[in-house]
Amino acid sequence: MRKMLAAVSRVLSGVAQKPASRVLVASRHFANDATFEIKKCDLHRLEEGPPVTTVLTREDGLKYYRMMQTVRRMELKADQLYKQKIIRGFCHLCDGQEACCVGLEAGINPTDHLITAYRAHGFTFTRGLSVREILAELTGRRGGCAKGKGGSMHMYAKNFYGGNGIVGAQVPLGAGIALACKYNGKDEVCLTLYGDGAANQGQIFEAYNMAALWKLPCIFICENNRYGMGTSVERAAASTDYYKRGDFIPGLRVDGMDILCVREATKFAAAYCRSGKGPILMELQTYRYHGHSMSDPGVSYRTREEIQEVRSKSDPIMLLKDRMVNSNLASVEELKEIDVEVRKEIEDAAQFATADPEPPLEELGYHIYCNDPPFEVRGANQWIKFKSIS
Amino acid sequence: MAAVAAFAGWLLRLRAAGADGPWRRLCGAGLSRGFLQSASAYGAAAQRRQVAHFTFQPDPEPVEYGQTQKMNLFQAVTSALDNSLAKDPTAVIFGEDVAFGGVFRCTVGLRDKYGKDRVFNTPLCEQGIVGFGIGIAVTGATAIAEIQFADYIFPAFDQIVNEAAKYRYRSGDLFNCGSLTIRSPWGCVGHGALYHSQSPEAFFAHCPGIKVVVPRSPFQAKGLLLSCIEDKNPCIFFEPKILYRAAVEQVPVEPYNIPLSQAEVIQEGSDVTLVAWGTQVHVIREVAAMAQEKLGVSCEVIDLRTILPWDVDTVCKSVIKTGRLLVSHEAPLTGGFASEISSTVQEPQFGNSISSESPWGRINRSCASQSLPPSHGSVFLSS
Repeated sequence: MRKMLAAVSRVLSGVAQKPASRVLVASRHFANDATFEIKKCDLHRLEEGPPVTTVLTREDGLKYYRMMQTVRRMELKADQLYKQKIIRGFCHLCDGQEACCVGLEAGINPTDHLITAYRAHGFTFTRGLSVREILAELTGRRGGCAKGKGGSMHMYAKNFYGGNGIVGAQVPLGAGIALACKYNGKDEVCLTLYGDGAANQGQIFEAYNMAALWKLPCIFICENNRYGMGTSVERAAASTDYYKRGDFIPGLRVDGMDILCVREATKFAAAYCRSGKGPILMELQTYRYHGHSMSDPGVSYRTREEIQEVRSKSDPIMLLKDRMVNSNLASVEELKEIDVEVRKEIEDAAQFATADPEPPLEELGYHIYCNDPPFEVRGANQWIKFKSIS
Repeated sequence: MAAVAAFAGWLLRLRAAGADGPWRRLCGAGLSRGFLQSASAYGAAAQRRQVAHFTFQPDPEPVEYGQTQKMNLFQAVTSALDNSLAKDPTAVIFGEDVAFGGVFRCTVGLRDKYGKDRVFNTPLCEQGIVGFGIGIAVTGATAIAEIQFADYIFPAFDQIVNEAAKYRYRSGDLFNCGSLTIRSPWGCVGHGALYHSQSPEAFFAHCPGIKVVVPRSPFQAKGLLLSCIEDKNPCIFFEPKILYRAAVEQVPVEPYNIPLSQAEVIQEGSDVTLVAWGTQVHVIREVAAMAQEKLGVSCEVIDLRTILPWDVDTVCKSVIKTGRLLVSHEAPLTGGFASEISSTVQEPQFGNSISSESPWGRINRSCASQSLPPSHGSVFLSS
């Protein structure tokens, strides 16, 4: 009896060490899933669009919340590191646009392909890389995903083709990847993203034509965050209906701040492409809180009130959180706990990114060509030589 | 400084190889050996990361053009554009973000002064910008197009090479787009990496029909830009972006012209000719000063200014005098413009007797890393 009591008391004291919220969670009953209404998408050359209601499971909801919060915290940490001059060069942040990267990933398979321009940290994460690798790449260390040689604009992962500096140039590349998908016959699609500024580049229209002509499984996605650097869409485009700019390509305009809307639209678009009907165009209406890059304060071409309004009314993380709490899919405390875990993960990653050594100078000449045997590259004068291997 | 040590090393090797002439003077000069590192020691030192550095060296205040004002490079460009728009009612300026003043502030105040019909933004489409500019120029109006970074000029390469450069020739002089000038920030800036650091002058040097100009300072920039705008041929004017704020000089307020296709001998010398353009001119000037001080070598420094068509006479005359040539540029080595210069000066019709008897040659090029993209700017330049 005494042994039993001792055992019970030990177990109880163990339980008491857990934070109070955990105990609360264990005793509270959550719904498994809930149905939500989502905004109807504007359609171009389509009879039907994505559904206007969707089911969100508790598990998925928590996953999306965690992913969006991780992207948000990671971008804010990058901002901090940049201001401390630990990250140098160029840095384009995507906080505010989390629903786009997480929602797109939720609508496709890991075997599908994705390519975008330089506002790519969120996509790098959703496509499978860890925050450590991303932050270390930003700080230019050898633990980075491109071994410290790419930086903010050149991050790559499996089935994620970057990370491209010249806007618009990635779109014909995306069409090419889609051709490979069709050729390989594995039912994969390619998501080819570009911004509202790049939407006016000529090569995008060339890619539209090729994709439509050859019925490539390419989902063209315009991430419209209303400003191309400092130029608002009205001042740059004769037609701001980006989802219609594919002309002969069907299109849909999606609320890019609502992750469920993005997910459903992506599923719809992916199904369209996989059925062999050819390319489709999606315009995600979204918003970025930061300026174009870290050297842009972001308030000379838009008002602080506008930024505040979007933050308070349409913040993607807030929208998901409210939905989940109000439908009893999760509790406020549980989500707060996720926040704490995410913060810790980011802190650890930042520590790693700051402490990791830079790539050695010997590697400067690597990977110029695919070369066997190695050859020598001349430096700034004929006595500096770098070995180039690949 | 790496460039100096490298240059000094080259000179020493020349001497060791038994090069004649001025080297006999050096034999008794008591070179300070401590300063000159051996190649292997240098090689090890080069592996340490060095911060690219140069010091802008202003020219003396010009007196022949009237009242002057202290200006940096972007202000000098604004002044030139202001003069152009005032003088020429057909002149228009367009490009990405030029209306509010431009990302480098080169067009600040111009829209307010001349109106939104004459200073306006274009969407993000370089090929469109240049093609559009050619069209304006063909009607006779003066078109001043801005490409936001020289790294972005490549979508417009076809328009420049196939349309702008060949318009006059293919129409038998019936049409031309000579009143087109394309301005673009150019060159390394330290943190620019692959797509904000390029020096593409060599790509355009291969194309007859256009002119390519690179200034080294605010005074040069204003005069050369005004000449480009008034020149009756399509011109590309590359502005070294690192000099926008770093270069400050006294610049005349009134318009003035500096002739194109004329190189400038900034400093006379007798032992070796150093040729450069843009930012690198200041590096070379520093090298020349150090060479004089530490090695007693007298360098003739030439700023090429116009890359195409380039001033062959001035450079060759100088090389005939000194017998040695070093060309230095930020762009990569292979196919860089230094190769054109070094090959031309060796041609017999230019009357010089340079030959490559010595194993180290009498012509050298100090350029950015062959084949390396400028992703790590400081190591890339290593000067």
